[in-house]
Amino acid sequence: MSSRERILARIRAAVAGAPDVEIPRAYRGAGDLPDTGLVDLFARRVGDYRAVVHVVPETGAAERISASLTARGARRIVVPGGFPEPWPSVPGVELMTDGPGLGAAELDTVDGVLTTCAVAVAETGTIVLDAGPGQGRRALTLVPDYHLCVVRADQIVAGVPDAVARLVPDRPLTWISGPSATSDIELNRIEGVHGPRTLEVLVVT
Amino acid sequence: MTRTFLGLPGPRPGAAGEGFPARAARAVRDSQLRFNLRKATRTIRARRAGVVSELPDWAELRRAGKAIKDHTLRNLDAYLLQLEEAVTRAGGHVHWAADAAEANRIVAGLVRATGETEVVKVKSMVTQETGLNEALLAEGITAYETDLAELIVQLGDDRPSHILVPAIHRNRAEIREVFAGRMAGWGRPAPEDLTDDPPALAEAARVHLRERFLATKVAISGANFAVAETGTMVVLESEGNGRMCLTLPETLITVVGIEKLVPTWRDLEVFLQLLPRSSTGERMNPYTSMWTGATEGQEFHLVLLDNGRTGVLADETGRQALRCIRCSACLNVCPVYERVGGHAYGSVYPGPIGAILTPQLHGMESELERSLPYASSLCGACYEVCPVAIDIPAVLVHLRAKTRHPVAERAGMAAAGWVLERSGRLARMQRLGGRLRRLAPERLPGPMGGWSDTRDVPELPAESFRAWWERTDGGRR
Repeated sequence: MSSRERILARIRAAVAGAPDVEIPRAYRGAGDLPDTGLVDLFARRVGDYRAVVHVVPETGAAERISASLTARGARRIVVPGGFPEPWPSVPGVELMTDGPGLGAAELDTVDGVLTTCAVAVAETGTIVLDAGPGQGRRALTLVPDYHLCVVRADQIVAGVPDAVARLVPDRPLTWISGPSATSDIELNRIEGVHGPRTLEVLVVT
Repeated sequence: MTRTFLGLPGPRPGAAGEGFPARAARAVRDSQLRFNLRKATRTIRARRAGVVSELPDWAELRRAGKAIKDHTLRNLDAYLLQLEEAVTRAGGHVHWAADAAEANRIVAGLVRATGETEVVKVKSMVTQETGLNEALLAEGITAYETDLAELIVQLGDDRPSHILVPAIHRNRAEIREVFAGRMAGWGRPAPEDLTDDPPALAEAARVHLRERFLATKVAISGANFAVAETGTMVVLESEGNGRMCLTLPETLITVVGIEKLVPTWRDLEVFLQLLPRSSTGERMNPYTSMWTGATEGQEFHLVLLDNGRTGVLADETGRQALRCIRCSACLNVCPVYERVGGHAYGSVYPGPIGAILTPQLHGMESELERSLPYASSLCGACYEVCPVAIDIPAVLVHLRAKTRHPVAERAGMAAAGWVLERSGRLARMQRLGGRLRRLAPERLPGPMGGWSDTRDVPELPAESFRAWWERTDGGRR
């Protein structure tokens, strides 16, 4: 008998005659949380993780991106395919597209990455990337030390159940809540280990 | 008070290994350890309490989490098959391992097939349980731990003492010593001027591991959840070392215990709220990765591990331990854990959950495993904070009943049973006791002395309530 058959047989013997269980879902599910004031709540909660947050009207987005990249002192920034055109032009900053030449080692030499996101969660201050347009493959938002993420106000949902309902499971998903951090030294949260040490979120209303 | 009585069964002739009391007695003498643990557990307890109280529906989430896990366990055979099908459909390969040795054999074989001799690892409880690193080393494969706390443990040739923060027993100064002394032996050395400032320590870990992440072709991980419906794996982490391992290598091998399943995608809406708030006390952990099958050109292998879990599943009371999502809230709140630390439990699963998991997974052959169900005052704090409502005290009591108790205790219980069986017998014994009450000792004789060393022996009354009632007709005479 294979291990597969043996494990399955043991499970069947172990639970034989046990009653099944109804799942009570009395918690606040998708659509149950109020959807007002989400931009403010989201911005506050992202800020709690010591990420940098800006809320700007759509007309001011390009200017804000430009100001952030300049302030950062960045020279080479990766922008995944599908990022809304036209791309801002930032003096002194090269905006590069992803491509076959951009292996992990090369990615380690760029100054940052500029992306969109798939969904954002107000209650937890989370952005979720699903490798869709403007987000790119997962390594892009991981290896560079700086991540500037543009969130449209209509992408912000109230709670975790709303985000789960909006996302598609078979895409590679990365939920990001603040910059890379650790609690491993005396259980205090310290920002900045292996992922981007600076997360900047731009909410466009 | 002459010594602390822990309510443990006496040593049995021929019992192998060292029990919890001896380990605990050693641990509590380490004042540095107690200081480190006290500081860390207090910090995390306050943080958890804060973020849990933010959610008005915490109790409902907890009820749902418990029920989802119970329902999964009841139908585990069907959900495992569904998961296997979904992962295979998405281009992944599924392997089944009945025990630790088989899991290690499968993983070593998969690594060998790639031709690589180095792997990076995401922190995983299950590969610690199987002793994977040692098994790989025997095959000439070096496994590099990449979680900061696991790195501290690996470099320091130490053992993990906490589920979430394996180096919780180390403070910043000790961590600096480990990094400064040992990093060079494993790769890039620590900077000359390394201080014990936590951000500097995190930076040293970042630099030490960076090249390894960029170059290593095989990664090994566990998973927090595996969704049967979609075949999706879920890993929650903080540092980004998990993302590095899950994303950059060409081959990813994920080992999960069969109890890690949840039936549907939607179920994640419950656990993504319960787990981060219970474990690190955050509204959300910095990074959560979800992937389904072979992703972005990667080769993906899933190893499903039993290793005693089906035995636990067969125990009606004990099976609730399989609901555990390894958040470690029960460790952080436990008065015993806070004082003795994780090493005293002699297992990769320390604390209250370890006290019920270890004896069930490994059997109760050794002195250590028999003593673990007594490593508790049964205060119930662990049950209260458990996000999937595992009644740990009930399982502890259940497991205590499975071990053989000392002769004196068994004789005492048998005598009490005989007396309490008939009301006439009880009345006669009470009259006898009342007459001899002046002779009652302050310290109980023999092995029962341990009980009275830490408690006052209650005074025997001159007559029982029933006798008084009969004599006075309820006080009317």
